[in-house]
Amino acid sequence: MVRKVVRGFYAVAYAVKLCRPAVICAYPITPQTEIVENLATMYANGELGNCQYITAESEFGAASILVGASATGARTFTATCSQGLILMSEVLWNAAGMRLPIVMVIANRSLSAPLSIWNDHQDSMAMRDACIIQVYVENNQEAHDMIPQAYKIAENKDVMLPFMVCMDGYKLTHAYEPVDLLEQETVDSFLPPYDPPIKLTTKDPLTFGCYAPPHCYMEFRVVMQRAMMRAKKVMEEVFKEWAELTGRNWGGLIATDYMDNAETAVVAMGSVVGLVREVVEEMRKDGKKVGLVKIRSFRPFPTEELRKVMKDVENIVVFERAVSFGYEGPVSIDLKSALFGHSNAKVYSFAVGLGGRDIPRDLIRKCINNAIEGKVDEGFHFEGVKEFEEVII
Amino acid sequence: MKFFFSSGHGACPGCSLPIAVKNVLYALEGKCFVVNPTGCLEIISSQYDRSAWGVPYIHSVFENAAAVAAGIDAALKALGRKDEGHVVVFAGDGATADIGIGCLSGMFDRNHDVLYICLDNEAYQNTGNQQSGLTPPGSNTTTTPAGKILPGKIGRKKDMVAFALAHKIPYVATASVAYPNDIRRKVKRAVEFEGAKYIQILCPCVTGWGINSNETIKVARLAVETALYPIVEYENGELVRVRKIKERKPVEEYLKIQRRFRHLFKHPKGREIIEELQRIADENAKRFGLDE
Amino acid sequence: MKITLGAVSKPYSALKMKTGDWGTHWPKVDEELCTGCGTCEMFCPDMCIEVVKVGEEEVNGKIKEIKKAKVNYDYCKGCGLCAEVCPANAIKMELKDIYKV
Repeated sequence: MVRKVVRGFYAVAYAVKLCRPAVICAYPITPQTEIVENLATMYANGELGNCQYITAESEFGAASILVGASATGARTFTATCSQGLILMSEVLWNAAGMRLPIVMVIANRSLSAPLSIWNDHQDSMAMRDACIIQVYVENNQEAHDMIPQAYKIAENKDVMLPFMVCMDGYKLTHAYEPVDLLEQETVDSFLPPYDPPIKLTTKDPLTFGCYAPPHCYMEFRVVMQRAMMRAKKVMEEVFKEWAELTGRNWGGLIATDYMDNAETAVVAMGSVVGLVREVVEEMRKDGKKVGLVKIRSFRPFPTEELRKVMKDVENIVVFERAVSFGYEGPVSIDLKSALFGHSNAKVYSFAVGLGGRDIPRDLIRKCINNAIEGKVDEGFHFEGVKEFEEVII
Repeated sequence: MKFFFSSGHGACPGCSLPIAVKNVLYALEGKCFVVNPTGCLEIISSQYDRSAWGVPYIHSVFENAAAVAAGIDAALKALGRKDEGHVVVFAGDGATADIGIGCLSGMFDRNHDVLYICLDNEAYQNTGNQQSGLTPPGSNTTTTPAGKILPGKIGRKKDMVAFALAHKIPYVATASVAYPNDIRRKVKRAVEFEGAKYIQILCPCVTGWGINSNETIKVARLAVETALYPIVEYENGELVRVRKIKERKPVEEYLKIQRRFRHLFKHPKGREIIEELQRIADENAKRFGLDE
Repeated sequence: MKITLGAVSKPYSALKMKTGDWGTHWPKVDEELCTGCGTCEMFCPDMCIEVVKVGEEEVNGKIKEIKKAKVNYDYCKGCGLCAEVCPANAIKMELKDIYKV
């Protein structure tokens, strides 16, 4: 294993290469572009074996190309974010229904309008109902490690679903971090070649992408839900195997810190987890019974795990990076639903850092303290918002 | 089954789409992967557990057939399986010239080894005859209805042959379902070229065009014999062959037997449209040297 | 009912759908006139008319197959295209008995 200081996009591209994909296809979009640029360079230098690297005419085209390639039995990769992900969305829903284990990295970025190239989770959250596995990573080592695991989970015969590795745009993609780069032998020993149970072949000419009339459509939705639920077990097993193989244990569907005897649980996803953990540590030193719950898998949602870990807490503070307009933040919506009838904890939800707004340490601490001290109402709040006057023009 | 497309599909009686499809698959001896976007052909042939296909087939969404085909081509190359068969798209005119034109341009531009066949029934017929970019002027569709003021579709039929040629792909041709032997020959010729190929086949629609179920072939022949649908063949950008017309017929002979054009003979602006269509036919005949 | 991975279906599973009762007419082949040329087979949109060997004959000392068009009424939708394209005028569309008053 070689430890190198690399940028997030390289950590991802390098891990993708080690997974020996057969078809990579993407369309450039900030801040994802450097991931596929790095893969394009590897392709140009003949480092990707027989892999076909295609620059599509749009993200929509890229996702469609991977539908064809994946159905033909190829291991596939793409990366995108924001407008690109939304443009792909029709095809991604289709890929999930066709049970194609396409692995993609989402360099999380906000959505237009107004146009913003900066980070939050609105893009991937808009795809949460598409039957695509969503794992949010905290740092570039976790992003690097998650790629081989994503393939292993997505391609499991009990799962067969697309997989999104969500990493914060710029905050992770462009950050320099020391990363233990995996060896080819390590990945080869962990990830077998892709051998789907069915594929497009003239040797067994099957019909893919059939339409289902009302007498059978619902059953296909039932089996997709089952596959998502089965994925939980597969993910736990793969995460465990990874920890044993590499010595890096990232946890299960959730990961916790300081949750023993915690009275207040702080919930976060993605790169902000590092900062939240530091604040929680400081507050622990001050004698406050605060713990951290990092949600790794947002889909499938870690319902049982959250119920277990939140059993005795009094307050729950959620840091959101998206809004479900007209309701609340998507993480707290799901969390409250999971805890309904299982916990009497008060839930405080704070949308922070939308469109790349900085999330200062003091803001995190203030939100947690206000919740503990009852200085803020339960429910949903935007935090870190400037004073402004709403006008027409 | 020698046509690799079975009975039991749900096409209307007399539908011309299966005629085109069976002759293409016959020419390729079933050695192909079929990509089919949403549309008439998809709906009649790919209901769950009711597939008419005897070749590997995939339907993804409406506007991405060219890209899905490109993905199959890439996967076959990457996996060393190119010898398994050709990649063929069967797409309708709406999926080709309207909603899927972005993906089609990308596939042509990258010159994937794909035979793209546009089954041109000149409107969105699966959903009941809404106009597409390939609907000819004057056609009475549900979205360009002939009314008191308007005489059906205003505008021209998009020139997809020129679009394909502009991408400098190696093979571009048109055909009519009236001539299956010509379709078979063109398909065999097309797949001799490595890269993207485009064949546009005129496929009359019984319900949308308002013709009898036994008239699809007759109408498909008349479209050619009036020069409204020139049958041309380009190799590497050069026009190498056209279907000559012995005695060119006036367009009225073609128009009057179809319900979609019948209003032209009594609408105040109908004469103007008929003359425009005749002018288009005359231009085609001159441009391609169709008259024998 | 079986629910397959991603709604993948088996080839030719459409054969379960017997479409032979769709039409009011069906084609009758006059074997005297049929030359076995195969035009009807090339055009039939429902793959339900086929030119098959019905015997052999000797022509100029050579054995030649005798072929005739055969209709599969399980699937024929009665469109009438075969009758329209037949160069020998060997196919006539007849009203089905059940539609006769």
